[in-house]
Amino acid sequence: MKRYLAAMSIAALLAACSSTPTSEQEGAAVEDRSGATAAAPAPAQKPQTQTTGPATKPLTDQSLSGNPLKDPSNILSKRSVYFELDSNVVRDEFRPLVSAHARYLQQNRAQKVTVQGNTDERGSREYNLALGQRRAEAVKQMMQLLGAQPEQIETVSFGEEKPKATGSDEQSWAENRRADIVYPSD
Amino acid sequence: MIQLLRILVLGFILAASPARAALTIEITGAGASQIPVAIVPFRAEEGLAQRLTPVVEADLARSGLFRTVDPGGMNPVPHEPEQVNYAQWRARGADAVVIGSVAKAADGRYDIRFRVMDVAKQTQIAGFVYFASENQLRLTAHKIADVIYEKLTGEPGVFATRITYVVKRGTRYELHVADADGFGAQSVLSSNEPIISPAWSPDGTRLAYVSFEQKKPVVYVQSLLSGGRQAVAAFRGSNSAPAWSPDGRRLAVTLTRDGNSQIYLINADGTGVPQRLTQSAAIDTEANFSPDGESILFTSDRGGGPQIYRMPVKGGAAQRVTFDGSYNVSPRHSPDGKSFTFIQRNGGRFSVAVQDFASRQVQLLTDGSVDESPSFAPNSRMILYASRVGGRGILAAVSSDGRVKQRFTADAGDVREPAWSPVVNK
Repeated sequence: MKRYLAAMSIAALLAACSSTPTSEQEGAAVEDRSGATAAAPAPAQKPQTQTTGPATKPLTDQSLSGNPLKDPSNILSKRSVYFELDSNVVRDEFRPLVSAHARYLQQNRAQKVTVQGNTDERGSREYNLALGQRRAEAVKQMMQLLGAQPEQIETVSFGEEKPKATGSDEQSWAENRRADIVYPSD
Repeated sequence: MIQLLRILVLGFILAASPARAALTIEITGAGASQIPVAIVPFRAEEGLAQRLTPVVEADLARSGLFRTVDPGGMNPVPHEPEQVNYAQWRARGADAVVIGSVAKAADGRYDIRFRVMDVAKQTQIAGFVYFASENQLRLTAHKIADVIYEKLTGEPGVFATRITYVVKRGTRYELHVADADGFGAQSVLSSNEPIISPAWSPDGTRLAYVSFEQKKPVVYVQSLLSGGRQAVAAFRGSNSAPAWSPDGRRLAVTLTRDGNSQIYLINADGTGVPQRLTQSAAIDTEANFSPDGESILFTSDRGGGPQIYRMPVKGGAAQRVTFDGSYNVSPRHSPDGKSFTFIQRNGGRFSVAVQDFASRQVQLLTDGSVDESPSFAPNSRMILYASRVGGRGILAAVSSDGRVKQRFTADAGDVREPAWSPVVNK
């Protein structure tokens, strides 16, 4: 319970100071333009209003290849939140990531995501399943506090059943104590 | 006194396909004292597709409680009580001699008779006749071993029972059912997604388990007779940790439909609305019914770390029952109701432990580093659990006094999530 309260209060702080777009988002817009095909005729649709700078080529259909969710330079392409042993506290270093996805959901109300909770292999499979669920819920809760709607986020746990790293060492365990934010297009 | 009892052997046919992985059991620890017993090959058993006495002998030896005495070189080879030369058996150090014979019955089945003779008292202490078809010969041998075990130890035998477990091969998961000696493994479910937590119905005809085939944990109940199955808990969120009520009509399951992982009662046929049993803001999971059906044990981290609690099935306050250590999980009652087994973490090691309800005394039974999922044999004597050796999942068993140790090795794959069946076809 204490852990929940801590996660919630920090999330609330984050919510208070997250009104300006991040540099990562601007970076995404730049990437969008460079991804456009020069030869394509200008479509009727307007370029993103955020874009700045001298480049004036409008976006084309091909600009979908610059999907911010897939753009490696955009924080939205990062989907994994890592946890300490037996913990479901979202660590400081992952708050920008969670906040970026929350804002993306806020701006795209039709978008839905699944948060998948995972644990390392040690201990009870059933307790780990519950622990994974709680990690997924912790991420969901933070995203809600930052503007996402509850119906946009589904949580699921794989417990220790789907390890990303298969070793039995601290590095593998740390890799597997994780919640992933998964979009339907993934 | 001649006791002859007719038993109709009705091993049920599994709706399943033969599994490729076979389990072999090796004994890694034995009982403090072993009863010396001679098993004389039965008359005319050489002609059988499956000889009986080697199976009986292997069962008894595997239990760790018996030492087999060489039955060779007797003249005549005894098959009837009057042929037993007690003086010679006493000289060989046998406490008991098992004799028997096989004949073809009129209906085409085998007529199998056997007797257990007490060497000191020079009397018959058990005698039975079984009628068995060819595919029931192994089961018959296990039942014979059960009789010998019970007559000589005073506890019921569990050789004629079965086990279930999950085999992972590459990215494939299979739910297997095998005889308690690892023989005759059958795959009853095969999936590309994980399968966990299989649990036997009290009558041994159904398995409840958790499958991730719908991309999230859902509880199913599958008939071993027909192979038919049904999702019985597929609510919003996670559905897991099925436990049967002793009457076989209800399941306790862990659901997250209302938020956090809590324990609910559902009907085993999937009808009706789940009835919430636990009320906490923490994780409550891994319910297990007491043999009388009155209470459950479960794992909860309401006090911080995971510990084992007990509460009435009718509802009411939960009482913490484990106090040693910071991580106690996966409770399972002994069928006699006197104790429970669970997993305790000590340092970085996870061991099988047993705690007596009356004395609250805890005994660590294994020193494994990653032991999991303990379950009692129906006679409360052995505990089957999952372990790891050389990076591979294996099954192992330990007696509730920690003395007898067995290891089940599979010829392929990663084996985990075992559960011992109840006694069926009594």
